[in-house]
Amino acid sequence: MGAAQPFFQWSYVTGQWSQISSDLLQHISLSLLALGIGLCLSIPLALLAWRYRVLRPPVFGFASTLYIIPSLALFAILGPITGYVASYPTAEVALVGYTLLILIWNTVAGLDAVPQDTREAATAMGYSRLAALVRVDLPLALPFVFAGLRVAAATVIGLVTVTALIGLGGLGRQITYGFNIGYYTPIIVGLVLSVVLAALCDLLIVAVQRLAVPWSRSSRRARVR
Amino acid sequence: MVIWDHFRHFVASVAAWFTTSANWKGSTGIPELVWRQAELSLAVVVGAIIVGGGIGLVLGHTGRGGLVAVNAANAARAVPSLALLTLFAIVPWISLKWGGFLAAFLALVVLAIPPILTNTYVGMREVDAEVRDAAKAMGLTGGQVLRTVELPLATPFLMAGIRTASIEVVATSTLAAYVSYSDLGTPVISGLNTNNTVEAFAGALLVAALAAVVAMGLGVLQRILTPIPLRRTMPRGLGASAPREAPALA
Repeated sequence: MGAAQPFFQWSYVTGQWSQISSDLLQHISLSLLALGIGLCLSIPLALLAWRYRVLRPPVFGFASTLYIIPSLALFAILGPITGYVASYPTAEVALVGYTLLILIWNTVAGLDAVPQDTREAATAMGYSRLAALVRVDLPLALPFVFAGLRVAAATVIGLVTVTALIGLGGLGRQITYGFNIGYYTPIIVGLVLSVVLAALCDLLIVAVQRLAVPWSRSSRRARVR
Repeated sequence: MVIWDHFRHFVASVAAWFTTSANWKGSTGIPELVWRQAELSLAVVVGAIIVGGGIGLVLGHTGRGGLVAVNAANAARAVPSLALLTLFAIVPWISLKWGGFLAAFLALVVLAIPPILTNTYVGMREVDAEVRDAAKAMGLTGGQVLRTVELPLATPFLMAGIRTASIEVVATSTLAAYVSYSDLGTPVISGLNTNNTVEAFAGALLVAALAAVVAMGLGVLQRILTPIPLRRTMPRGLGASAPREAPALA
């Protein structure tokens, strides 16, 4: 590439669209898988940590440790364990690891925030512990869970780009490709598409939240800031 | 047991890597790589405190334009650092300046400003309006109110922002090795590229250790710098390391 290349060339996007769209699809599938598994693991872990206080230090300690380790290092550490560095399991274990702290933290905070009066009212109305959990505590904690999900989704979508460094794809492949041949356009394609993907995902989660938790109109308040 | 033998052999190789004296000496030795990562991270965080903290303080003090700044900062968070690193690294007039330092510095500053800016702004806005009015009624000037009232009260938030930013910067500076700024990411990247899992693993352990030390050290610093009456309300223990806000590790 010459020194005077234009900042952005549409011809690259039209010419390479099949590769770009397959990278985008892989990015989406890596992200969704991580978020799905993260949710499935973190809700029960959060319930345990909420119900049995003794379990809080180990659960939060485990999740914090995973969270603190930089992703590239986590890939390299998990590689020898999962058998092969450039694999979906390596990437997914690391990505799921990053969702855990965010999701567990928010879920526990949501359950903690359920007013004592509400819980007592549920008991007085004859709800069993389990029924109260399913029909009172969890629904009231949902705004927090959604807030955590929004943060986790933004984090994961950004982090998936790093999987390109262990030879996986996603939009990170566009970025490393552009870097390797010194060409701006693929990097910008990767950057813009991943920002757009994160924004669309955020809108989608907010929309689902509106349907699932119609009583919490302002999702802004629930977001832990 | 084949797996057990394999595991033992791997652990022995990693131990051997750490005890090889060549890995501790010269410009690619561990101490030098740690120093380079610390140097880059420190420069980035200081730069981000000046820019992000400055903007946050001014906007928080005047109470104007905060929402715009906070939203812009949140949008900047969605930008993948890898894209910025590689982009700056191939722009001719930035690319390899100062051994790749400039490209890494610029990309990481973009990452570090949002948490510091938003936390400073929120911290300033959390200051009780009555306290601020009382300070004014006592005859303090705007600058004095900022320095002696608002800033100390906003310190827990400011420090939380600096801590989040520092952890993210140290983590992401590992990626700078990909664009030719050598630091602890270098053994990880070169190990991954050459399928040398031992080198990658050993480098990764060092990166993880550095990240943990930074996270814990800043937690302690955060406590020390918080005015004593405010300390009770701070989250203790592990809770303090949980994200108060959208983190963007890499």
